[in-house]
Amino acid sequence: MNKTYYTRTHEWVEFISESKARVGLTDFAQESMGDLVFINLPEVDDEVIVDESFADVESVKAVEDVLSPLTGIVSAINDDLLDTPELINQEPYEAWLVEIDNITEKGELLDEDEYKKVLSEEE
Amino acid sequence: MKLIFEKSRSGRSCDILPPSDVPEYIIDKAYTRESECRLPEMAENDISRHYTEIVKNTHGVNDGFYPLGSCTMKYNPKINDEIANLNGFKNIHPLQPEHTIQGALEALSLAEEYFCKITGMDRMSFQPAAGAQGELTGLLLIRAYHEERKDFKRNKIIIPDSAHGTNPATATMAGYTVITIESKEDGLVDLEKLKEVVDDDTAGLMLTNPSTIGLFEKDILEITSIVHDNGGLIYYDGANLNAIVGLVRPGDMGFDVIHLNLHKTFSTPHGGGGPGSGPVGCKDILAKYLPTPTVEKSADGYKFKYDNKNSIGTMKNFYGNFLVVLRALTYVISLGQDGLKDTARNAVLNANYMMHNLKDIYQVAFDGPCMHEFVISIEKLKKEQGITALDIAKSLLEYGIHPPTMYFPNIVAEALMIEPTETESRETLDEAINIFKLIYDKAKKTPIKLKEAPNNTYVGRLDEVRAARNPILKYKFK
Repeated sequence: MNKTYYTRTHEWVEFISESKARVGLTDFAQESMGDLVFINLPEVDDEVIVDESFADVESVKAVEDVLSPLTGIVSAINDDLLDTPELINQEPYEAWLVEIDNITEKGELLDEDEYKKVLSEEE
Repeated sequence: MKLIFEKSRSGRSCDILPPSDVPEYIIDKAYTRESECRLPEMAENDISRHYTEIVKNTHGVNDGFYPLGSCTMKYNPKINDEIANLNGFKNIHPLQPEHTIQGALEALSLAEEYFCKITGMDRMSFQPAAGAQGELTGLLLIRAYHEERKDFKRNKIIIPDSAHGTNPATATMAGYTVITIESKEDGLVDLEKLKEVVDDDTAGLMLTNPSTIGLFEKDILEITSIVHDNGGLIYYDGANLNAIVGLVRPGDMGFDVIHLNLHKTFSTPHGGGGPGSGPVGCKDILAKYLPTPTVEKSADGYKFKYDNKNSIGTMKNFYGNFLVVLRALTYVISLGQDGLKDTARNAVLNANYMMHNLKDIYQVAFDGPCMHEFVISIEKLKKEQGITALDIAKSLLEYGIHPPTMYFPNIVAEALMIEPTETESRETLDEAINIFKLIYDKAKKTPIKLKEAPNNTYVGRLDEVRAARNPILKYKFK
């Protein structure tokens, strides 16, 4: 099992290799958004940049940007989410949004304990 | 309730037409529909009852309190409709010769004069159909300005994170990259962050003042000069003008271009599909880019002016929703300068009165006096009782109150945004305050009741998630 990291803006990052990772939304993120009804994903080969929006998710409450924890190139997107965004609500840590390759920069990544601390501050 | 298509009976109608006394003309098949248009066929009284039933099952400003924050739902005086129904206004055509519609053109010209005076702008176009189109028009003016100066590197629009969702959407539609700046703790624009992002690639800043959370941007003059000093322009979103109309002018704050929502601030009906009206006003530096036609006064009367080579073009046919403009003009003339000032003052007073009476029970998101609206957060009740902003909103329906705006602005968790407007009496406000308190008590004692609300409305809790995921948008004939 690869190590998972988290961001202060509630994305998770799972590294597949040193320069390749999958990114998704944390359980806290999906819980506070509520039932998701729509998702916009980037396209393969798009560039993503640390702390810049690369996708957005929509629930009946609101639309939120998803910020990239990494700078790199999108090598795959999770097509299934486009028709069934509710997968993110059901299995947030399985429902990856994009796979990012050629990673050249990482934003602030927290380990599980650090992220838990962020969550307790949010409470 | 049955749909009108289900009530339709073949052959039924409201008209008895005389036999045709001219020969039938057969239209070439190339120009006709492939299948017949299946319009509902009904008797007049059934149609009347159908729509009356729909009216009974809705909630409008004429039914009761409608404190929808950010969208100013005020009472629409009947005199507005009376004027808009005058024959000389209602039964004219935009292609009629100008000398036959001088009165209508004079009304448009007068509306431009008054609304420019109110906002501190130099020229105004009434063409945009409503707010979103007004925003786009405004940004296209900014774009045209930079492009004419060959300043092509300006490709960014700065927008605070408290802004209406339409602002980033508009900037994107106009071909710009959006730079979002985080608000300060107190909900206002962060001057330091603004200074950091403003650059020679900044095309402009989009702002609403008072802000989305009902606070006046007290540093507005500094904000606008930071952007101006860097060569950018500043756009005013008129959604919240109701709090300051007649008292403070966006033009004096340093804004270069604005849109108004006549259907919010100036009491023309809205909701249910409009039509709205989103005029765009601007300073002289942008006037030549306004959509055509403009109305100009000349020695021999009023004229439409189409030949403006710098214009961004036409945003909507002819001159926008003219009858809506007339209603707004009527409103402004009826109230006069002092009356308009009173509406703003009373809008602010009413919001503060409600906030003051609720602040000990509900968590108010930002301290201090508010402008025309205020935001409460249901976060604490959610943690203690599992009651969300949605539950409070649905419970208000049981008491004949339209819910406030929910889950907006995004910077406040479990937000309810309340805007009472100036058109509500103290009695109405007191009643609403009591209902808010009652619902809070219920949330504490019997939260399950709130989860089930509303029980006495035409429909109960709708499955919003399913509706959003699998919308059924058209009727399928059996």
